[in-house]
Amino acid sequence: MPSKERKQTYKKREEEKREERQEPEADKGAQDIKDDLDRLLDEIDEILEEDSEEFIENYIQRGGE
Amino acid sequence: MPVPKVMGVETEYGISVKGAVDRDPVTASTLVVNSYRDRERNKVLWDYDQESPTSDARGFTSDETVQSPDEESNRVINDILINGGRYYVDHAHPEYCTPECLDARELVKYDKAGEIILNISRQISEEVLGKDTRIIIHKNNSDHKGHSYGCHENYLMDRSVDFQEIVDGLTPFLVTRQIFTGSGKVGYENGSDPAVYQISQRADFFESEVGLSTMVDRPIINTRDEPHADEKRFRRLHVIVGDANMSEFTTYLKVGTTALVLTLIEMGVIKDRFKLMNPVKAIKSVSRDLNCNGRISLLKGGDWTPIQIQREYLNLAVKYLSSTADPIAKDILEKWEFVLDKLEEDPMQLDRHIDWVIKKRLIEAYMRKFDLDWSDHRVLMLDLQYHDVDPEKGLYYRLVKNGQVERILNPGEAFSAVTDPPESTRAYFRGMCLKKYSQQIHSVSWNSMVFELNSSSSLNKIYMQDPCRGTKELVGEILDGCKTADELIKFFDELSK
Repeated sequence: MPSKERKQTYKKREEEKREERQEPEADKGAQDIKDDLDRLLDEIDEILEEDSEEFIENYIQRGGE
Repeated sequence: MPVPKVMGVETEYGISVKGAVDRDPVTASTLVVNSYRDRERNKVLWDYDQESPTSDARGFTSDETVQSPDEESNRVINDILINGGRYYVDHAHPEYCTPECLDARELVKYDKAGEIILNISRQISEEVLGKDTRIIIHKNNSDHKGHSYGCHENYLMDRSVDFQEIVDGLTPFLVTRQIFTGSGKVGYENGSDPAVYQISQRADFFESEVGLSTMVDRPIINTRDEPHADEKRFRRLHVIVGDANMSEFTTYLKVGTTALVLTLIEMGVIKDRFKLMNPVKAIKSVSRDLNCNGRISLLKGGDWTPIQIQREYLNLAVKYLSSTADPIAKDILEKWEFVLDKLEEDPMQLDRHIDWVIKKRLIEAYMRKFDLDWSDHRVLMLDLQYHDVDPEKGLYYRLVKNGQVERILNPGEAFSAVTDPPESTRAYFRGMCLKKYSQQIHSVSWNSMVFELNSSSSLNKIYMQDPCRGTKELVGEILDGCKTADELIKFFDELSK
C-alpha cells in the first residue's frame, strides 16, 4: 500500500474518533470540559497515597535483571 | 531469511510493603509469587538444564558461574502458568514472562494478563499478611534512587544473521524508538545529566554499547546467547533497553516496530547505514529531548533528529515489507507513521497514546491545579502511582476508566489470556499440558517438558525446539484425544517409530 494511502486510513479513523469525542463536549462548552478535568484531578488526588512524602523517601528497590 | 517473529516480554515488578515490620523484598516477592494458583498445585519445577545465561552471542562464554537453585528453592521461586508463561522470584522482584506470541496484539494481551496476575497475587498476599499491611506493586523500572529493574523483550531471529549486523542495524533504532516507547520519568539518576522530566525510565542506566551483563554497565545491545530453541536455526534476541509500559498502544508499537526492524535486518537492508557516533550519549540526550527535535550525529556524517531516524526505518519497512505484511503488521506501519507525524507537530498530541506523554500531561495538570512544582513529593508519587497494578489505585487505570487513553484490546479481553495459552506458538502445547496433565508434569522450560508417567519410573522429556510448532493447529486434536500424559507420550513414541 502506498504510504500516503496508509496514512490517510489511520489518520482518518483517529480524526473521526476525535470528532466523536469532541462532539458531545462541544455542546458542553469550555467550562464543562474544565469541570470534567477538575473532577478527574480531584479523583486522582483522592486515591494518591496519603503519606506520599514518606512513601517516596522509603521507596527503594534493589537492582534486578 | 527472516523467520516468524515469535516474541515475549519479561517484566520485573517493583514491590513495596507498607505497614509490616518485615519489609524484605525477597520475602515479599516470594509470598506474592506463591500466593497465585491457576491450577491444582503440584510440584512442577523449572528445568534449568536448558539455560545458558553465560553464552555470549559474540562467540564466547563468560567466566561468571551461574548456579541453578536446589530443588526446594526451585519449587519456592518458580511457577509455570497455564497461559504458557512463567512467574517467578527474580532477585528481589516478582517477574512475569509472557508466553511466546506470534504478533504484537497478542503480546499486548499477554503482557496485560501479567498485570492481572500480579494484582490477584497482591490481593491474596495482603489477606495472608492481615489488614494492616499493604503490598504495592509497580510496573515500572526505577526507584528514582539509582536502582533499575528490567522489562526485557525477546524476538526470534534467524541464526545465520551475523551478530554484528544486528548490533549495527538495531542500535540506532533502539536509541531513538524511546520517543514513542518511553514510560516517562520525573528527575534523573545514576550520575547522568540533570532533567526535570525525561522520556525514558531506563536511559539513565545504559553505560555501554554491547555486552553480556544486564545488571552492571548495562549495554544497549545485550549479547546473551540463550536461544531456548534449536540453536542451529534460531537466535533469541534479548532486548533489555526498553521501559515497562502501561499503555497498550505503547507496548503494541514498541514490539510491533521492533519486530519489523529485525525482519529488515534479517533481509540485509539496514546494515550500518544509521550507525551513530555515540549511542550511549545519544540514548540519554534523546530521553531528555521532550520536543524530539535535537540532533544526533551519525558516523557517516550528518546530524539527524530521532524522528528523522525513525522515519528512515519506517520508509524501509514500508518499501520492503508492506506488500507482504499481515493485517497487524500493516496496522503497525500505519500507527508508526501516525506517531512520527504527531511527534513532529507537537508530541503532546499523543497524550492518549504514549506513556511518557500521557503521564506528563497528567502530572502537569495536577501541578497546575494544586500549584505545585516538579520537586514536590506528590509529583514523584504521581509518577510512581501511574504504574500501580491495583486497578483501584493505579493512575493509568483511572485514566482508562475515564476514557482518557487509546486502547488496543477490547475491555476485559486480557482476562482470557490469564487462563488460556496463545494458540499459534509452542506455548499452546505447554499451557494445555499444564491444564490437562498437571499432576504428571515434573518440570518445564521454554523448550522442554518433562513428564512423570504413571506407567514408567523414569522421566520422559519432550523437546520443543521450534517455537512455531506445538500450536493448536498441530497438536490440538492430539491433546484432545489423550486423557493422560501416559497416552500422550505413547502417542509420540509411536509416531517416532
